[in-house]
Amino acid sequence: MTQINTRFKNFFCKTNSGVILSIFLLMIMLLLALVSCNGNSNVRKAQELSGAGATFPLPFYNVVFEQFGEVNGDQVAYGGIGSGGGVRNLRDKIVDFAGSDAFLTDKEMADMPAVIHIPTCMGAVVLAYNLDGVSELKLSGQVIASIFAGEIKMWNDERIVALNPNVQLPAEAIIPVFRSDGSGTTFVFTDYLTKVSSMWASKYGAGKSVNFPSGQAAKGNPGVAGVIKQTKNSIGYVGSEYAFAQKIPFALIENQQGEFVLPSATTISAAASGEIPGDTRCSITNSNAPGAYPISTFTWMIIYKEQNYSDRSKEQAQATLDLIQYILSDEAQKITSEVHYAPLPTKAKELSIKNLNSVTYNGVTILQ
Amino acid sequence: MNDKLYKILLFVAALIMPIVCGGVIYALVTDAYEAFEHFGFFKFLTSKEWSYTEGAEQYGALPFITGTLMTTLLALIFCIPFSLPVALFVGEYFKGTKVASVLSTVTDLLAGIPSIIYGLWGFYTLRPLIMGLNISPQGSGILTASLVLAIMIVPYAASLSAEFIKMVPNDLKEGAYSLGATRAEVIRKVVFPVAGSGIFSSYILAIGRALGETMTVTMLIGNTNNIPDSITSTGNSMASIIANQFGEADDLRLSSLIAIGLILFLITAFINLIGKIMIKRARIA
Repeated sequence: MTQINTRFKNFFCKTNSGVILSIFLLMIMLLLALVSCNGNSNVRKAQELSGAGATFPLPFYNVVFEQFGEVNGDQVAYGGIGSGGGVRNLRDKIVDFAGSDAFLTDKEMADMPAVIHIPTCMGAVVLAYNLDGVSELKLSGQVIASIFAGEIKMWNDERIVALNPNVQLPAEAIIPVFRSDGSGTTFVFTDYLTKVSSMWASKYGAGKSVNFPSGQAAKGNPGVAGVIKQTKNSIGYVGSEYAFAQKIPFALIENQQGEFVLPSATTISAAASGEIPGDTRCSITNSNAPGAYPISTFTWMIIYKEQNYSDRSKEQAQATLDLIQYILSDEAQKITSEVHYAPLPTKAKELSIKNLNSVTYNGVTILQ
Repeated sequence: MNDKLYKILLFVAALIMPIVCGGVIYALVTDAYEAFEHFGFFKFLTSKEWSYTEGAEQYGALPFITGTLMTTLLALIFCIPFSLPVALFVGEYFKGTKVASVLSTVTDLLAGIPSIIYGLWGFYTLRPLIMGLNISPQGSGILTASLVLAIMIVPYAASLSAEFIKMVPNDLKEGAYSLGATRAEVIRKVVFPVAGSGIFSSYILAIGRALGETMTVTMLIGNTNNIPDSITSTGNSMASIIANQFGEADDLRLSSLIAIGLILFLITAFINLIGKIMIKRARIA
């Protein structure tokens, strides 16, 4: 023993630097500190969760997942690969949860084992535009549908002028900007257009990818926001957070009550004041509630009802539910409005908690 | 013994590449099969529909084949006036001088710039310029993508052409000079005919590079799924439609995208093959 010790000493003496020794010791201490931190805060072991899906709620998830990690010691990795990609990963059973802006259709649900939808927050799709000298623009659903169908071609078209009598609109061609990749944002936007315009419903319909007849396309919410910011006389739809972040102006949209509304935590929440079905799968676009912003949506996390798949441990399943419960908590919901989303209505939270109670591991419910 | 082991190791290492290549082709063909079976091979090549409507999905590759060929061809045309002078400068006029070596180093440096950087430059600098000059209202499109592609392939075309121009035997040139030919005449009547197929092959290889370029094109082409009706209109190339849509695609659409990938692979392989054959010819000559 003493021999080894002297050898050790000799080694460090030979390199002639106590610095190395102290760095070495410091690293060991740091490692110990890290290990103990992870261990003591929770009864179960810290888990690594992975999810993938929608980019729309990504800014919100980034904040929430980090805070959840600080509270519980669990690591959450979320890949913003698009709603469809997230659902595919869940179907392939390689993630703990999928994020999606569009709820699964009955047909999609039939193709996979039972899943539950948990709304995590609410958001809006805004019509962002780039027009010199125009700081306020009012649009109706009909007009938006006509613009994106290529029927209204000029900014000074009488249908736009009629909504904006006090605005000097240029005699320039409109450049519609849309998504080149499949997207939950596109689904929400076209779902709204399908509800307000029979022309849109029959010609183009709603979907994650839609054949827009004119304009240009860009990849992802940031891509569309970037193109609009760079292109004069353009208009496009983006998740509200991305328009806020790039400081691009966006239009007031007419709702069913005839009010022109800007998206905000209040107006988005107002859109969800109607009925919500038990499984929370519902579209809340074109809401008839007073003060509601008409292109609002829930965004969901989707998980399997039976959590024992792909050799997942019970701890992993428990951690997944802990994460969702944390997102539903008041603490996490408070963050929504800070990052330009809106908190869930009480009813959606109650339904979600009820649905969470039905989640099982090997057929036994996890939450008591 | 040692020698034998070394031989085996090398053999195994060399064998990996053909296996990987075969694997890629196998995967492309099996995954693309569904699309070819559903639409028919020639129908898939010639259909211009790209429609997502559920139940009545229609996918055809024509708009993207057109987009790829248009951008590549335009890029080639724009690239020649930049790359040929550089090649002549480095390979003939200032052959072996310091200026030439600096110029060729700088040109080669262009090849090392990641394509996303070209894309950003195109998006934030070239696109506003094109809008400002009133060439097209939305700025992005075939033309914008081709211009940036042209700059990207200049180093490939220029440095290889310069090599072939350097290889032209001095006796031939001196013979021409002794007959009283001017420098321009020597280039036109001696250098070009001798180095011609070599120069041609260097452009073929540059085309091969332009065909598959993804990031830059996706950022600049406008990403609409129609056959472009003019060089300023928007479109989509084969690489950019794949990059745009594979994330959300499944079933038939995924298979169609892979089929487009297979077609792109075949076109690129074919072009490279032509280039290789021409280089061989140049060497013999």
